[in-house]
Amino acid sequence: MTTYTGNRALLLEEPLVFEKGATDRCGVDLPDIPAVSTRLGGLERHREIGLPGLAEPDVVRHFTRLSRQNYAIDMGIFPLGSCTMKHNPRLNEKMARLPGFADIHPLQPVATVQGALKLIDELATWLKKLTNMPEVAMSPKAGAHGELCGMLAIRAAHDAAHDAAHEPPHDVHATAPLTAQARGARRIVLVPESAHGTNPATAAFCGYAVENIPADARGRVDLAALIARLGPDIAAVMITNPNTCGLFEPDMIAICDAVHAAGAYVYCDGANFNAIVGRVRPGDLGIDAMHINLHKTFSTPHGGGGPGSGPVVFSAALAPFAPLPFVRKVRDTYELVEEAQALASTDHDHSFGRMVAFHGQMGMFVRALSYILSHGADGLRQVAEDAVLNANYILRSLDDIYTAPFAASGPCMHEALFSDDFLEGTGLTTLDLAKAMIDEGFHPMTMYFPLVVHGAMLVEPTETESKANLDQLIGAMRSIAERMLVEPAATFKESPYLAPRRRLDETAAARRPVLTWREPEGLMAAE
Amino acid sequence: MRYLPHTDADRRDMLRVIDAPDIDALFADVPEAARLDAPIAGLSHHMPEMQVERHLGAMAARNMTASAGPFFLGCGAYKHHVPASVDHIIQRGEFLTSYTPYQPEIAQGTLQVLFEFQTQVARLLGMEVANASMYDGSTAMTEAVFMARRVTRRKVARVSSGVHPHYVGVLKTLTRFTDDELVTRTPDFTANDDLAELAAAVDGDTSCVVVQNPNIFGQIADLAPLAAACHAVGALLIVVVTEVISLGLIKSPGEMGADIVVAEGQSIGNGLNFGGPYLGLFACRDKHVRMMPGRLCGETVDADGRRGFVLTLSTREQHIRREKATSNICTNSGLCALAFTVHMSLLGESGLRKLAAINHARAVQMADRLGRIPGVEVVTTNFFNEFTLRLPVEARPIVRQLADKGVLAGVSLGRLFPGVHDLERGLVVAVTETATDADMDAFEDALDEVLA
Repeated sequence: MTTYTGNRALLLEEPLVFEKGATDRCGVDLPDIPAVSTRLGGLERHREIGLPGLAEPDVVRHFTRLSRQNYAIDMGIFPLGSCTMKHNPRLNEKMARLPGFADIHPLQPVATVQGALKLIDELATWLKKLTNMPEVAMSPKAGAHGELCGMLAIRAAHDAAHDAAHEPPHDVHATAPLTAQARGARRIVLVPESAHGTNPATAAFCGYAVENIPADARGRVDLAALIARLGPDIAAVMITNPNTCGLFEPDMIAICDAVHAAGAYVYCDGANFNAIVGRVRPGDLGIDAMHINLHKTFSTPHGGGGPGSGPVVFSAALAPFAPLPFVRKVRDTYELVEEAQALASTDHDHSFGRMVAFHGQMGMFVRALSYILSHGADGLRQVAEDAVLNANYILRSLDDIYTAPFAASGPCMHEALFSDDFLEGTGLTTLDLAKAMIDEGFHPMTMYFPLVVHGAMLVEPTETESKANLDQLIGAMRSIAERMLVEPAATFKESPYLAPRRRLDETAAARRPVLTWREPEGLMAAE
Repeated sequence: MRYLPHTDADRRDMLRVIDAPDIDALFADVPEAARLDAPIAGLSHHMPEMQVERHLGAMAARNMTASAGPFFLGCGAYKHHVPASVDHIIQRGEFLTSYTPYQPEIAQGTLQVLFEFQTQVARLLGMEVANASMYDGSTAMTEAVFMARRVTRRKVARVSSGVHPHYVGVLKTLTRFTDDELVTRTPDFTANDDLAELAAAVDGDTSCVVVQNPNIFGQIADLAPLAAACHAVGALLIVVVTEVISLGLIKSPGEMGADIVVAEGQSIGNGLNFGGPYLGLFACRDKHVRMMPGRLCGETVDADGRRGFVLTLSTREQHIRREKATSNICTNSGLCALAFTVHMSLLGESGLRKLAAINHARAVQMADRLGRIPGVEVVTTNFFNEFTLRLPVEARPIVRQLADKGVLAGVSLGRLFPGVHDLERGLVVAVTETATDADMDAFEDALDEVLA
């Protein structure tokens, strides 16, 4: 049925703020403007900007209505593989809002922010001990930024080694142009086909050519193929472990040994650290650098797309190249080393420099440490165990009906990988199944990733889901699969039916992009 | 362990379904040499909420907060009053605990906010299109330089001496590893930065000229002549704004001819947070949109013809293009963008303009007062809410002495430009709507006292 408002009971339609607000309406009471003679040099902004305002009640209502068109972890299981959508504890939010953390400026004298530096140092200590790595860079702003940090350190290490062997050292900030291509012979980074897209994008950004390394029939890196490809032209291998098929790389130590023997470094994508935290320390496997997504393993909220935080742990070989700034404890005082001048005679004397203004995602550091302290070393180990238990429970509860390409090779880690092969002949695909899950009240799993499996469905339940929650998800996935195998395909091609929107035309959006709101033509003409 | 729902009985039942004898069996792929059979030694065990609060509360108590007394720091991070409803809305679980909107049918809340955000940002910066945010202003600026290289197919980037040195530092780091050539310069200690020199230097090899307005000293300038000089030789003008409230009062970069505008959006909706998370704003002209980095939200319709929003033009991005992407960025600053949009919707244009005017007036008052202290000179001639003083002595120790007196007085240029002899007497002072008359009295008196 249609309604006058377009609303359907609690499903409320909401126009854009540009369609509701007025440029002369304000929801904030501001003091009077002191009378002074301005010092603007004739640069006043006269033209209308076009920013409508609303009174506070309407602002609260506008965004509350919009919020209700979102799915979220707070509402239900959010099994996006590789994204680790676990419960976001509210204690973290409370701690991050303590004025002593939230209301301090990054450039205050360091004597006035000793507690903040202590917090960064304490979180850094946890991250180093959990990974058994000697150094950590805290400033990267998200996972991909952490990858960049790790790969820049690798590039800097190779460049330094090449320069030491071939030419006199020179000032890295000299005006002489450096070439994009990595110096010396090491110009290639090997990346498995199953990797996140950020891995090859990051390697290319650092001036490297990217080559794929194949997976074997068990969904792991093909060790023989990798070793055969290693040589003096390889700068690094980027490996996700546990990998994006949700599997641990059993040859990881052998891979690291072989890569090191060939003079290259191992970058580990730590997106899936949640599966092994407290059970395996990546440093014990021999890696050289790994980013840690605080917004995955350590429960800081994803916020609809960020902010993240991606500290990077380093091996002793790469530690001297870690970025600025960093916190250093000298007796009872915390120092913030911000500039290259301060590095002489320290063990960071090859630092590749600064990656961000200021010192990183402090707000996320507080949340992550709050979470880490809440769990402790014992609880974090339990996190990994329950995350892996939950994923295996899903895998074994559905592998009789869903195609599970690697299930025969043994247990998975924290995520269960399925494919849509079982739908062959129905005309239905992973996309249709995902959209059907929306009508069942679930956020779908990750679709079509990793690329090595056709029609991939990657299900990551995380450890914060109870058995009852998992049983409900399993029941719904089973029911959808059973119906898809017998009912007419057309029913499913149209789903979702019950969401705030039906399927959206993404092709039209890309063909004729409308990226900002503009006044309707009629109104423009009337001006 | 309050975040873990399983009982031991649940775990046993589930292991039975999996047909695994114990949990260790699920970790059988881990090489024996790397297996840990107990919690890592030397780390604390789990704590109740109360104990975590005590532990972190003790650290928080060791910091001097911006609201505890007179506070005048800026240089890329500004203290503004954020209305209570902003924090309320960003803590709604539907926003806080959702993911990047990959399933648009159940993420219209986030997507519509992003569409509103993009529109607000584009209008504020005076541009045609803005993306769904970057990490912060400094990384946005670096991405802008790389985008200019893609657009112009040239590689010389000329950076004004008035750009925040941390931002230049980030750019220097990354251009060590790309084929961009940077031309940078340390600032002179004068009100006039190097805009005229840049206009003279820009040439057919220049991909872009990067300027900041207001600049690191707080000085504002008309960028139109520089924009004309850039366009005459086919180079792009990139304008950096670290204090976006200024755009409620002074001409936008777009109006002055910028091709790409990047900004730190923290001032609107977001707190100081010791430097992060912050909010990178990125805007450009329509004709360059396919060269842009980062996520973009676009309008479309659903199967029933109703308006809806999706992430779009993703063929620029890493998850589709992999090593050929315009950037490796994935996660951005979604929740900070929400805070920006809520605060901006509360302010509206009239509120933003008034807020900006208050900031400017307070800064003018403060500059006049500090400039009367013997030996203190206000270097900046035209400014928004931030200006630079030349003190009779090195500024860095003065800042520490003033902090001991309870006044967080500003940012010394010696900290931002270590080792640059001329600048060490410089102090950059920011004054926002949060500074009271009593704060200004306290600053003036304390500075007078320590310099006496």
